Amino acid sequence: MTNTSTIARGGGNLPAPERSSKRSRRQAKPSGLPGWVIPYVLIVPGLLVIAGLLLYPLIQMIIISFQKVGLRQIRGVPADWVGGDNYTQVLDNEIFWSSLRNTVLFAVVTVTLTLVLGTAVGTLLNKLSKRMSALVIVGIMSAWAVPPVAQGVIWRWLFDADAGMINWGLNLLPDWFSEMLFGRSDWTGEPWLNDPLSLYIALIVCVVWASFPFIAVSVLAGLKGIPSELYEAARVDGSGAWRTFRKITLPLLKPVFSVLTILSIIWNFKVFSQLYVLMNGPTNREAFNLSMFSFAEAFRSPPKMGTGAAIAVILTVLLLIVTAVYIRQIVKTEEL
Amino acid sequence: MTTSLAPRTAARRQPSPSGMSPLARKRLSRAALNTAGVLVFLFAIFPVYWMVSTAFKTNDQIFTTDFIPIPRELTFEHVERILTEGVAGNSIWVYMRNSAIVALGTVLIGAVFALLAATAIARFRFRGRTSFLILLLIVQMIPAEALLIPLFLNVKRLGLYDSLLGLIVINVGLTLPFGVWMLRTFVAAVPKSLEEAAWIDGASRFTTFWKVLFPLVAPGLVATSIFSFITAWNELVFALILMSDSSGYTMPVALQFFFGQRGVDWGAIMAGSTMMTIPVVVFFLLVQRRMVTGLVAGAVKG
Repeated sequence: MTNTSTIARGGGNLPAPERSSKRSRRQAKPSGLPGWVIPYVLIVPGLLVIAGLLLYPLIQMIIISFQKVGLRQIRGVPADWVGGDNYTQVLDNEIFWSSLRNTVLFAVVTVTLTLVLGTAVGTLLNKLSKRMSALVIVGIMSAWAVPPVAQGVIWRWLFDADAGMINWGLNLLPDWFSEMLFGRSDWTGEPWLNDPLSLYIALIVCVVWASFPFIAVSVLAGLKGIPSELYEAARVDGSGAWRTFRKITLPLLKPVFSVLTILSIIWNFKVFSQLYVLMNGPTNREAFNLSMFSFAEAFRSPPKMGTGAAIAVILTVLLLIVTAVYIRQIVKTEEL
Repeated sequence: MTTSLAPRTAARRQPSPSGMSPLARKRLSRAALNTAGVLVFLFAIFPVYWMVSTAFKTNDQIFTTDFIPIPRELTFEHVERILTEGVAGNSIWVYMRNSAIVALGTVLIGAVFALLAATAIARFRFRGRTSFLILLLIVQMIPAEALLIPLFLNVKRLGLYDSLLGLIVINVGLTLPFGVWMLRTFVAAVPKSLEEAAWIDGASRFTTFWKVLFPLVAPGLVATSIFSFITAWNELVFALILMSDSSGYTMPVALQFFFGQRGVDWGAIMAGSTMMTIPVVVFFLLVQRRMVTGLVAGAVKG
């Protein structure tokens, strides 16, 4: 009886009568394939993509890092095993150590600056009037939206030796002030992008400019979730702004900060596009970071894919250590 | 805003040591906050403005050591030049089109896969679900740079070198894990009772999915798709190594060719950068709020 009525109402897939009669009448179960199969059917395409395009290449990369892969191997000649040669070669290379130093220092400085500036701006946004904060948000969104390559282009122009606005702005400073801060007063023609140190200053400015908006907006979203009674109570108890920030805002936003820190570290550890534009391709070996070093080894002639892969393995391991240490700490303190 | 401030200031027990009245102090701090806001706004917007304005300045206004905040006369010569003469032998349209093909292709394929997987995670409890979630998190940590060499070799082997399809496939791989991660929260937000009601009425799984779940998840799907679009649109390094013929370059690669030869044509490169940036800015303003929730929420709720 019940079955006929269900079918009569037009359940397109015509389930076998004897099977559905075993079900209770009003159970919320759809007709069609048995339920347990469906999720697997659904994840198979995604799983194949992840396996084929991410996991398998990861394994390949590790294998290649123990092989010699040059032009002939790219054309199809089977690769020779060279054991740990690629790694010893990399570790013996000065460029590796300067790349490692550049990568780590850049990440530390940039992550710190981005988080500090982003948090400050997020807190500021929370205190501004609606109209004012809308204006600031439009501004920072525009900065955030600029594609990395265009970011590099813009800052390369701003740091240009002759017509760049950075040099123009520095020349505006009173001579005595500029002299006191930098030991010089004339900035005309200062070529920022030639020397590794000043190149990295430009890169840091560029990346901080492009990535603090994300932190600011995330912190703002977190702040909006904190009940205002807490701040009222703190104010009544005579707590100052800094103390309130340290004792209320910071602990409550800790989970947000954890995620933001991890994401920033991951992003900044492997910065590529902006550096590529600012130094005009892999030209200045002393200014390489690990991504650029791996890229240059593997794709500049003569291609040394094995060494490139070894550098990429080291970069990946470093990234995993950073995130693993961090995740373990989070699990320990149960922040997440 | 101002009315709510009154009781707070009243709660202050003593006048400030500087001798200012509480109201004056409040005004002063408001002015300070607004000044800070304006400074942040200028710092954020100036480089973008500088890019756009340089694109429309005449060369004598570009190559000067003077600061010319507002172009004295506007010119479209740079835009015209990159459209007709172009760079690396093609009009900039060719590169815009390539970028659009790659980004849209990535979105279309990626959206289907992501929606299926996200539905599985959010709607079913199955053996291996947790492992799949952890896998999604882990693969997001893999730096794309680490996959460069093996993917380059695989693409060559498969005969997809110098083809936009190869780039699309790789971008699907790069964007999918995050897409699934972000989309699953949107699927989970649709109340299950709606689907159950449809089942009781005898609807098949497919009908339920298509007629009930899909329309409700569509906004989330759009947000996720825009994120994938931007990622694929901005992608430099794979396009750099997988495209040797200039007619297949995407915008990020093509922009590199403005540098190099004798002197840099800054007007042209700024016009090109502006063209590349506009779609992203539009999309960004559309999905800004959802993107932050997607990035942070998943991890925070754990």
